[in-house]
Amino acid sequence: MSCNLWRERLDAYIDGDCSPEDAGPLEEHLRACPSCSTEALHRLQVKRAVKSAAAARFAPSSEFRARIAQRIGTDRTSLFKTYWISGFAIAAAMLLAVLVATSWILHVERRQAFAELLDLHIATLASANPVDVVSEDRHTVKPWFQGKLPFSFNLPELDNTAFHLLGGKVVYFDHAPGAQLIYTSGKHEISVIILQGDSSGRFGAFWPASTAENGFTIETWAGPDLRYAVIGDTNPADLHRLAEMLRAAQRP
Amino acid sequence: MGERVIAFPKVSKPPRYTVLAVATSTGASGSFEELAMPLFAQLYNLAYWLTRDRSAAEDLVQETFMKALRGFSSFKQGSNFRAWMHRILRNTYLTSQAGLKDAVSLDDDNPSPEPATVETPESILLVSCEQRAIESALQSLPVPYREVILLCDAEEMSYQEISEALAIPLGTVMSRLSRARRAMRALLSKTSQEVER
Repeated sequence: MSCNLWRERLDAYIDGDCSPEDAGPLEEHLRACPSCSTEALHRLQVKRAVKSAAAARFAPSSEFRARIAQRIGTDRTSLFKTYWISGFAIAAAMLLAVLVATSWILHVERRQAFAELLDLHIATLASANPVDVVSEDRHTVKPWFQGKLPFSFNLPELDNTAFHLLGGKVVYFDHAPGAQLIYTSGKHEISVIILQGDSSGRFGAFWPASTAENGFTIETWAGPDLRYAVIGDTNPADLHRLAEMLRAAQRP
Repeated sequence: MGERVIAFPKVSKPPRYTVLAVATSTGASGSFEELAMPLFAQLYNLAYWLTRDRSAAEDLVQETFMKALRGFSSFKQGSNFRAWMHRILRNTYLTSQAGLKDAVSLDDDNPSPEPATVETPESILLVSCEQRAIESALQSLPVPYREVILLCDAEEMSYQEISEALAIPLGTVMSRLSRARRAMRALLSKTSQEVER
């Protein structure tokens, strides 16, 4: 092999990027050829001279180093902060939106349920025949509903109270049949509406509730199987008393 | 007359391919700060060699670090971080005003015919050891030659690493390096002739 071909491989050899298979024969040639070994020596010398002349020739000032280190640090922190804050803001906004939407839906549901129950109460009182079963005796009224409703309930004993039972009728609320009982307290009429189901269905947010509007008070609650609403224009304390009696009557 | 024996210093450094294999298999991983700050001084040095101006070098390094930080998510953990940083520095330089001014198009595939060997007078050997001569020769080299010599000799990068840093094929690294060294030698030879006169 001519010296020219060997010299083409000299750079890789000097740079340590020569394969071991090439390095062996090349070293052998260098030992034998003074011209090529002089050339190799020269290249190595220049390489080393470049390293000592150029490597770490220009050193950055410590201020500049500090500035870069700080910028990297700050940028990372600010990036982190930006992401964190914007992430948090988005999450908070979403949560707020969900809360607002949920509470709005609940609010609308409550108003709707209240309005429907109030309508039932007023329509019943305005009717020429407010009740279908006219009886002061709970033992007459309760059996009357048998066969008309897919559930049964207990009515409270009214002896020695300000309340009187007028009677009852079947009503429909939210596409399901329920019992409406009319009580009086003095001159005021009070409707007790008993519905099937618990508070998990539609208008669920309305059970339990206690609210007053347009002079009417309503108190609702839910048992394991039935939902109750007491509505009337009597004072809230009286209404609550009747509600308590109904609650007590359901307990076995 | 006995046989002339030249004491040829053996390349003491172990062949770099073994070192490289280890470096590649372990790869770079860690936070940007942990990986980048150890390279700060050498990147600055190279930036200075490219721009030949302190404030321009600082601007270049700063822009490089900021770009690299922003693009760190795209850096493949485990690949060569030093080559990646150098590539950013170089691209930043090439698109800077100084870089555009220095831009030289190199036709690596069709080199101008040059003598295969250049005579090596003893005087070149002397001049080569002179730091000032080397420095001024490096400064006079066109940027592509200057950077490939700096990456190979000053930064001691492997051919593979240089290929990644300059985004050129391995074969081009070798041919460009060879031509850069010949140009360097021509410059040193000129200096040595001036010294002789």
